[in-house]
Amino acid sequence: MGLKLQQSQHQHQHQHHSVAVKVNEQTGTKRGYTFIQANRAWLPKFLLLWVMVMAFLSTWIYKKMDADIKVRRKEVLSSMCDERARMLQDQFSVSVNHVHALAILISTFHYYKNPSAIDQETFAEYTARTAFERPLLSGVAYAERVVHSERGEFEKQHGWTIKTMQREPSPVRDEYAPVILSQETVSYIESLDMMSGEEDRENILRARATGKAVLTSPFRLLGSHHLGVVLTFPVYKSKLPTRPTVEERIEATAGYLGGAFDVESLVENLLGQLAGKQAILVNVYDITNSSDHLIMYGHQNQDGDLALLYESKLDFGDPFRKHTMICRYQQKAPTSWTALTTAFLFFVICLLVGYILYGAAIHIVKVEDDFHEMQELKVRAEAADVAKSQFLATVSHEIRTPMNGILGMLALLLDTDLSSTQRDYAQTAQVCGKALIALINEVLDRAKIEAGKLEMETVPFDLRSILDDVLSLFSEKSRNKGVELAVFVSDKVPEMVMGDPGRFRQIITNLVGNSVKFTERGHIFVKVHLAENTKPVVDAKVETCLNGGSDGGVPISDAHQFKTLSGYEAADERNSWDSFKHLVSYEESRYDASINMTVPGETSQSVTLMVSVEDTGIGIPLIAQDRVFMPFMQADSSTSRNYGGTGIGLSITKCLVELMGGHISFVSRPQVGSTFTFTADFGRCKKASFNDTKKSNTEDLPSSFRGLKAIVVDRKPVRAAVTRYHLKRLGMLAEVAGSVKIAASACGKNGSSCGSKIQPDIILVEKDLWLSVEDGGLSLRMLDWKQNGQAFKLPKMVLLATNITNVELEKAKAAGFVDTVIMKPMRASMVAACLQQVLGIGNKKQAGKDVQNGSLRSLLCGKKILVVDDNMVNRRVAAGALKKFGAAVECAESGKVALKLLQIPHSFDACFMDIQMPEMDGFEATRQIRMMESQANEQMNGSGIDKGFARKGEWHVPILAMTADVIHATYDECLKCGMDGYVSKPFEEENLYQAVTKFFKV
Amino acid sequence: MDLVQLQRQLVDYRTSLYHEGFLDEQFTQLQELQDENNPDFVVEVVSLFFEDSERLLNELSNALEQQIIDFKRMDARVHQLKGSSSSIGAQRVRQLCIVFRNYCEAQNVEGCLKCLPQVKHEYSIVKTKLESMFQLEQQILNAGGSVPV
Repeated sequence: MGLKLQQSQHQHQHQHHSVAVKVNEQTGTKRGYTFIQANRAWLPKFLLLWVMVMAFLSTWIYKKMDADIKVRRKEVLSSMCDERARMLQDQFSVSVNHVHALAILISTFHYYKNPSAIDQETFAEYTARTAFERPLLSGVAYAERVVHSERGEFEKQHGWTIKTMQREPSPVRDEYAPVILSQETVSYIESLDMMSGEEDRENILRARATGKAVLTSPFRLLGSHHLGVVLTFPVYKSKLPTRPTVEERIEATAGYLGGAFDVESLVENLLGQLAGKQAILVNVYDITNSSDHLIMYGHQNQDGDLALLYESKLDFGDPFRKHTMICRYQQKAPTSWTALTTAFLFFVICLLVGYILYGAAIHIVKVEDDFHEMQELKVRAEAADVAKSQFLATVSHEIRTPMNGILGMLALLLDTDLSSTQRDYAQTAQVCGKALIALINEVLDRAKIEAGKLEMETVPFDLRSILDDVLSLFSEKSRNKGVELAVFVSDKVPEMVMGDPGRFRQIITNLVGNSVKFTERGHIFVKVHLAENTKPVVDAKVETCLNGGSDGGVPISDAHQFKTLSGYEAADERNSWDSFKHLVSYEESRYDASINMTVPGETSQSVTLMVSVEDTGIGIPLIAQDRVFMPFMQADSSTSRNYGGTGIGLSITKCLVELMGGHISFVSRPQVGSTFTFTADFGRCKKASFNDTKKSNTEDLPSSFRGLKAIVVDRKPVRAAVTRYHLKRLGMLAEVAGSVKIAASACGKNGSSCGSKIQPDIILVEKDLWLSVEDGGLSLRMLDWKQNGQAFKLPKMVLLATNITNVELEKAKAAGFVDTVIMKPMRASMVAACLQQVLGIGNKKQAGKDVQNGSLRSLLCGKKILVVDDNMVNRRVAAGALKKFGAAVECAESGKVALKLLQIPHSFDACFMDIQMPEMDGFEATRQIRMMESQANEQMNGSGIDKGFARKGEWHVPILAMTADVIHATYDECLKCGMDGYVSKPFEEENLYQAVTKFFKV
Repeated sequence: MDLVQLQRQLVDYRTSLYHEGFLDEQFTQLQELQDENNPDFVVEVVSLFFEDSERLLNELSNALEQQIIDFKRMDARVHQLKGSSSSIGAQRVRQLCIVFRNYCEAQNVEGCLKCLPQVKHEYSIVKTKLESMFQLEQQILNAGGSVPV
């Protein structure tokens, strides 16, 4: 049974174990059933078996405990019985000893003394006083041995005749044993012949023969009618020899001392002294005659527990007689409640344990079932997700192709002669189409990001020109709305950074686009600075407080205006002038200080930029703020009705920012505006590649303005800082003046005292300021200026405006401004163009496209390129395109031919490879080429010869895939088989340029 | 004929080709590739296209007449045709090729049988149009003028 229990426990353990193992394995194996799962049908049977085993076990326990109790009961009984027997025996022997002593007393004083020292009176007195010594004896008496010849003399001496027990004069016998001395309690037996009773006679004969105390069999005593025995002790006249014979003893016998033991009261007394008197019944038997047991104490037929007896031997010192004590319990053994309860509780506990285990197993089965179900659902969900992404990617791609056709057609349509209505329709269709394409691109991006397929490029780019581009994109819209759009990049931000310009542009476009959409007044302000610069700003703030804000240079006429770009309140006060100016001044001081030494941050490989886009639009409702970055979630449904858009832009933006190693956050207050801030990690450009890429990749700002001086007249410091930033980029020195007066006075001062510091070439005046200032004053000032400054080159007055009406323009001209108005948003290139116009400096800059074209030419010129395509038309076109950029082109019509041509050593600088070709496709050809190259490289490295011969140390011809479909999967495949990139087919210049730059760096 | 008129006719004709969708931007790029080093580039490429396309179209017709049609082969041919037509900017042919390829992939004999004449038709149209355009150009050149871009 114990074994079974162990087994079942083991089983359970095993089950748990296997569950744990399975859970660990679940990730690997899709369908694995555990032991429990496999045996689920057996579970109720297991439970039943368990219950039965436990019932059996508890019965066993009950029986065992019960047996234990019985054994103990028996032991208790035996010990009690033995105890009683021993005590009885002890008491008895004490009494016997005393009788023995009495016998010696009599022999001493009655026979050795002559005349006798003891008479009846003395004996009675003595025995009465020593009665306590013999508590068991009802009384003692002494009978003298009288032979028949002495009877007459004896009777005469005592004055009575010897009587029998029946109190009749004794008939004639050989011997008599009349009682002469007796204790008072038994005085009635005086003169009775003890030998007349059968029992007594026998006793006397045995006593005198053995010389020991002998006992009768039990009989009813004369006085008390209690059961009792008579003790007889011989008294000898003369001293016996040391080993007397029976005859000598009989001869020496003088008399007999006898006493009656009241056994009943004796035992009663004894038991009374002991504890547990009630619990057991005691019987004492005389078993001298083994066939007929004579009862000495206790009732023959007593009820009580007859099942359990204990027998103790009694030895009363008489070897002839045998006695025994039999004990038994008064009551039957009570039902063992302890055992019963224990067994029952055990059963119940085991039952519960079994049930719990069963429940657990059932639960495990259920959980596992659920788990499998969940897993299946998960797999299905994931499959669905993948399918969704694929579907999105495919569908977007498929939609894009015809959409491009539609847009192309619409563009062509617009080139034809159309009526104004037709043109309007066509334009609307084109705008819609473009929006659709933009949306599809976004969805495609989102799908790519979700599929983890979007990879960031790492190429050097000019952050500032990208920001300018984005701003120019929105300039039309913002100008129409009258919203000021401005960008400011801190000087600390490196001119060129490494990163993904396309994605950066996308982020900025998204954020600015959003801002433009939701802003009806005020401004949108993009600010870029180093992330580590935020801390000093706080310090600077403290400084301001200490200085008491002694900023006298900028008088504020409108006290309740906020010191932001446009004067409207912005959500995030970090962008207000108070902190901004410190950023600017801090940077300036640091910039000046660090011209000749390396700033600590500059040595590190990466730079973290913080970009914030602030607007004063409608803001984001508080309840919608926490789901701003969730895809397709807009503030509420009315948003999309009023403002359009899908709400996917910000979620993409967030993903992109995170891909750039940064994070995006925002502060927004409804009806005040929103400020989105994100950080992004960019790599620093190495100086070597810096100059090279800068030339080709960015629009060059003309250097002809270097060193020119300008005064910016603007009351709003943030806006002035922005203007200054753009002028600085052109290499101009700029000062800010709070009003025209200050500017004029500065100039005036210059006029009077030569050799001054500032002689402005240009004065830029904000339109708001000019309009708010009284016209007359300004023009007067201007006149003065003109008269005073005859000897000097007069500064040009240029108006800065977000929008301007014709009337205002006329007025401005009249006031002395030049024709050109710099329209906001400002961009360095646009400012440069305007200033060129104003200052009449020639524009030597070429059109952007030519520059790129030229650079592509410079990259490809003289390079030997292999074009592999099975389609001869394509081959010819590709060759033509590449030849146009000065490359020497060779063609191969299949992968095999290409392989032959590219046998090492060869002199090709690059290879353009079509992917879909019969026999050997582009991937396979590339793999083989790469294999060939690696073999060659190994050989070369192994032999160590001709190191100078190998270009760049080892063979690796750049292979670019030519493919008509530019989905991401294809690109991955290209990289996997060892290609270096891909170009779309037919060639697009920009695309070609981007792909080629990577390999042909000068 | 007057040279200026010829030139004008050429420009108009070319524009109409774009407008009617026979040609697309790719053809413009092709023209851009032609320069003094490569004066007959467009003509050269276009004749290559004609040559190639005629071969392919013949093969396609043959393939469709077979008992057992090898759709894989057909698909490869159509792919070729699509590639070359998109290279020269014959966009109508290209569009039809896309449809044709779908039929090939779906192994739709009826579709293929329907599509092939259409492709042939489009091809012959574009061929005629291009040839007449080249003729015009040749006339201008012969007259001593330059071809307007």
